[in-house]
Amino acid sequence: MTLPRALDFLAVPERFMAVSTWLAPVLGALAAALIGAGLWTGVSAPSDYQQGATVLIMFIHVPAAWLSMFGYICLAGASLLSLIFRHALADAAAKACAPLGAGFTALALATGSLWGRPMWGAWWVWDARLTSVLVLLLFYLGYIALRASIEDEGRAGRAAAILALVGAINLPIVHFSVNWWNTLHQGASVFRPGGPTLALVYLIPLLLIALGYMAAFGSLWLVRIRAELWRRRARVLSLQAAGR
Amino acid sequence: MKGFLALMRREFNLAFGGGGPLLALTFYACLVALLPLAAGRNPTQLGLLGPDIAWLALALASLLSLERLFEHDYEDGALELLVMGPIPLEAVSVVKALAQFLAINGPLAFAAPIAAIALGGPVSLAPMAILTGLLGGVAFAFVGGLGAALALGAKRGGLLVAVVVLPLFAPPVIFGAAALDAVRAGQSSLMALTLLAAYAAAAVALSPLAMAAACRNALD
Repeated sequence: MTLPRALDFLAVPERFMAVSTWLAPVLGALAAALIGAGLWTGVSAPSDYQQGATVLIMFIHVPAAWLSMFGYICLAGASLLSLIFRHALADAAAKACAPLGAGFTALALATGSLWGRPMWGAWWVWDARLTSVLVLLLFYLGYIALRASIEDEGRAGRAAAILALVGAINLPIVHFSVNWWNTLHQGASVFRPGGPTLALVYLIPLLLIALGYMAAFGSLWLVRIRAELWRRRARVLSLQAAGR
Repeated sequence: MKGFLALMRREFNLAFGGGGPLLALTFYACLVALLPLAAGRNPTQLGLLGPDIAWLALALASLLSLERLFEHDYEDGALELLVMGPIPLEAVSVVKALAQFLAINGPLAFAAPIAAIALGGPVSLAPMAILTGLLGGVAFAFVGGLGAALALGAKRGGLLVAVVVLPLFAPPVIFGAAALDAVRAGQSSLMALTLLAAYAAAAVALSPLAMAAACRNALD
């Protein structure tokens, strides 16, 4: 199955390096522009009557949560491709994606906690969404731990890819079960969510920043894949040098 | 068929031999005994959480013997023979996980009601504790086997298996605890049990495929 010329940077490492050399900075600049625009419109929006200025944390927190899930989809997709096609580039992409996704998840949890303290009076509550995101972080960490523990890189990559796919199947199950658990054990929480019908004056900055986050994710992912490819090349060269 | 029976006999001998069930039961007893030492022996307080902790301790105790599921065969070359043999590796994985369930999770399931009552739970909880222990034990054995296969040949195998497998244990833990709470509240536990059984069935159906893939990967 040959990809068209425009897309073959996804398959051929040399083409990937050539394309990512300009694509990563472009995405980074786009991310900066979008996040900047979103923050500017967000800061200039009127303060929420209920939450005051702390509603601005929402602009950092919510897109991070969206990206944490998007990151796992990317991880599972890259793992699937690396297993099916035995593709080194897909394997490098999966390895590069995991810490990035874990970082966004941790950011979501941390900023959520900072937002929760003034809102609910609690740093942490065991409700459905928080518990689900915490389990997602554990999935990421398990992937990274498995990858790091096996010495042979090819073997580690394939085992981790199997785990990523098992996790992808399990993630909806975990999400459903945690939601169900939450309705069974109604906590004493008194928080009200930011509002399913978000006012337009907040929705636009939120979407801008979310797009900016996604562009940032793409840029960082490309940079990390490049670093992984260089690391592999360096390792091959050092092994060759040691052999002489 | 003869080969399959021979494999079953081998796996059961390996799982039951060397004090397998006794070790798991002793660990479970230690966990259960330590809880009042940590949480205080006030009966009402203990009774609120006790049966749920007994249920969670089931999951933790089944983590213990997971590492030996594939590791010894991998180290002494028996796994390579099994791969080359007439029985598909997926079926071998099923037999191994089944032996694990019968030797470790089964006995633990029958110790669970004792633990639940000892920790202050109502006696009416006993049948449900056995049922959730058995159904959950199937899930723990098969999903745990998946973790054991993935961690083959890795450093820090035991802890790695736990880290990989515990997030996957979250749904059965939730469903089992919901069933126990339903019995305590006098409500129907049917939904929780059905979901627990569904998770166990999915584990039995899907994890042998992943276990075999992981074993083949480790042998490359």
